[in-house]
Amino acid sequence: MKFTGTDSYVASDDLRVAVNASIALQRPLLIKGEPGTGKTVLAHEVAKALNAPIIEWHIKSTTKAQQGLYEYDAVSRLRDSQLGDERVKDISNYIKRGKLWEAFTSKERPILLIDEIDKADIEFPNDLLLELDRMEFYVYETQQVIKADQRPIVMITSNNEKELPDAFLRRCFFHYIRFPDRETMTQIVDVHFPDLQRNLLREALNVFYDIREVPGLKKKPSTSELLDWLKLLMVEDMSPESLRSKDSKQLIPPLHGALLKNEQDVHLFERLAFMARREQRQ
Amino acid sequence: MFVNFFFELRQAKLPVSIKEYLSLMDAMDKGVAEYSVDDFYYLSRAALVKDERNLDKFDRVFGHVFKGLEALPAEGITAEIPEEWLRKLAEKLLTEEEKKQIEAMGGWEKLMETLKKRLEEQQKRHQGGSKWIGTAGTSPFGAYGFNPEGVRIGQDKNREGRAVKVWDKREYKNLDDTVEIGTRNIKIALRRLRKFAREGAEVELDMPDTIRSTARNAGYLDIKMVPERRNKVKLLLLFDIGGSMDAHIRVCEELFSAARTEFKHLEFFYFHNCLYEKLWKDNRRRHVDTFSTAQLLHTYPPDYKIIFVGDASMSPYEIAYPGGSVEHWNEEAGQVWIQRMADTYRSMVWLNPVPERHWSYTPSIQLLQQLSSNRMFPLTLGGLDSAMKELSK
Repeated sequence: MKFTGTDSYVASDDLRVAVNASIALQRPLLIKGEPGTGKTVLAHEVAKALNAPIIEWHIKSTTKAQQGLYEYDAVSRLRDSQLGDERVKDISNYIKRGKLWEAFTSKERPILLIDEIDKADIEFPNDLLLELDRMEFYVYETQQVIKADQRPIVMITSNNEKELPDAFLRRCFFHYIRFPDRETMTQIVDVHFPDLQRNLLREALNVFYDIREVPGLKKKPSTSELLDWLKLLMVEDMSPESLRSKDSKQLIPPLHGALLKNEQDVHLFERLAFMARREQRQ
Repeated sequence: MFVNFFFELRQAKLPVSIKEYLSLMDAMDKGVAEYSVDDFYYLSRAALVKDERNLDKFDRVFGHVFKGLEALPAEGITAEIPEEWLRKLAEKLLTEEEKKQIEAMGGWEKLMETLKKRLEEQQKRHQGGSKWIGTAGTSPFGAYGFNPEGVRIGQDKNREGRAVKVWDKREYKNLDDTVEIGTRNIKIALRRLRKFAREGAEVELDMPDTIRSTARNAGYLDIKMVPERRNKVKLLLLFDIGGSMDAHIRVCEELFSAARTEFKHLEFFYFHNCLYEKLWKDNRRRHVDTFSTAQLLHTYPPDYKIIFVGDASMSPYEIAYPGGSVEHWNEEAGQVWIQRMADTYRSMVWLNPVPERHWSYTPSIQLLQQLSSNRMFPLTLGGLDSAMKELSK
C-alpha cells in the first residue's frame, strides 16, 4: 500500500513520504496548512488511490470525543420505558455507534478523516489519545471491548486555531502543506483543467500571485479559490488579453469575487490598483 | 549518527521525544525512506517536527548535522554504479553493429573510463547544477543511445543535490516564533488569545425548560440543553504610550483592537513610561480626563487579568523614586503602584516589544522584570504564547 498521488491530486514529495510513513506505521497523520490548500481533499484522494472506504468525522465546537466512540441515548430509553416498549430490556438498543466504532469494525481497512480537530474543545485530542494509540475502547454500558481488526488510516486536519497537546502530537506524523509555488500550481491546474489555454493560465497565474503578494489582505486567495476562478474564466470565455490589459477601465481583475472574499480586501485592492495606474501615467 | 541528530535537535530546543525518535527508526526499518536522502529528510521532518514554527529550526539542524552527507553518495555513484549500470544497459540495448563501433573506439574498458572521466569533469564544472546530464546529448556517448535509464543516474545524483537545497532553502523561515510580530503574524498571535478566551464547550441541562416542556408533553420526558456560558475571561490592558513607545504602538494597537471582539470584558488604559497614580483612556484628553489608579484597583475585581504593554525603557529613577516621572510630580514611586497591581491581581504579565536579547542592557527593564516577578515576555509569537500560558494558569 503506497500513495503516489492521483490523477486529480498533485502530491509533493514531502507529502507523499509523510502519507506513506503514516500508512506504514499505522499512525495518525496530522495535516496543517493555509485554508484551501487541499487538506481535506487529501484524505479523499488517499482513499481513492488505495481504494479504501472513507469515514468522515467533521468536528464542531460542541463535538466531544465520546461522540466519536459511541453515545448512550438514555432519554429515548426512558421514554420507551414509559411506553412499555420491549426494546427497553436490552441496553444495546440505545447505544449509538460513533465514527471511530464504525472505522474499527469496517470490513476493509478504511481511511478515517477527523476534519478540523482544532474546532473542538481543548481537551478533545487528549480524550482520544488511548483510542487512537491502541485502536480500542471500552463500552461501559454493555461491558464489551471494541477493538480494531485492522487499524484504520487516520488523517487529521487542523487550521491552527488551537494548539494541540504535546502528548497527542507525539503520536502523530505531521505535515505542513506549504502554499504551492508557480510550477506546482501549474501542475495542479493542469490536473483540474487539462484543456485550459496556456496563455490564459499564464496570465491568470500572474494575476493570482500578484494578488497574493498585496500586503495586508485579510484573506489571501488559495488554491481552491484559484481553481474556482479559472472555472469561471473558462465559463465566461475570457481572453488572456482581458487579464493583461492594465490600463482598461477595470482596475481589478474580472470576476474577482471568486478570489477576494471580503469587501475590505476588494477596496484595498482597488486603491492599490488605482495608485499603480496613476504612477504609470506620470 | 542519528542519535547525534536527535540530541542536536534537542539542543536546538526542538521538543522531540524518544517516542518520536523510535517511530522514525521504525519507519526507516519499514523502508519508507528507501535510501534517498531527500526522502529521509521528509520522513524525519514528518516524524520529529509537530509544529510549523519549528520547521525552520529543524532545517538548520538537519543542514548542520548532515553536512557533507550529500557528497558521499555522489562519489559512490560516479565511482561504481555507472560502470555496472551502463554496461548492463548498453549490452541490453545496443545492436551488434553499435557494439562493434564501440570496440573500434577502444573497447568497453576504454569507453567506461572516458565516460567516467567525462562525468567527473562535468560535475566539477557545474558543481551540483541540474543540467549537466542534458549536455550529454552533445557528448560522444549520446550517439550510442544510452537511454533514459542511463540518464537516471545523473538525475538521482541531482536529486541528492536538490535535497540539500530543500533544507538549505529554509522556506519556513517566517513561521519561526522568535520573529518579531509583523502585521502578517498578528492574526496567528490573536488565535492564542482566543484560545484562552474560549474554554469548554460543555452543554448543561436547562432545568426550567425541561420541566416546562415535559409537562407540556403530557409527562413524557423532553430534555432541553443549553450551551454553557463562555468567554468568562476578563482582561485589562495597560498601554505605555508616547516617547520611545511610538515606534511600537501601532503594532500593539492592531494586536489588541482585534482582540476586543473576542473578549466580553476588555478594558484598556494608557500610561506613560511607568504606572503612577493616574491613567487615561483618551490620549488627546490625557490631562483632563484621567482615571485614578487607586480607583482602578477598586473597580476591577481581582479575577481580571492584567496585561501591561510597554518597552519599559526609561531612567531607573522614573520607577524607583517619588518625583521621578518625566511629566509630573508623583508623590509615590512607580514601583509602589506596580507592586500594588501585582498584589491585587494574581494574573499579570508585561509584554515588551523590545527584543529580548537587548533586555539585559537596560536597567529599567530588569527592574520591572523583577517587579512583575519575571513575568515579562517579548512581544513575539513565542513570547505571547508563554504570556497567555502564564495568564491562563
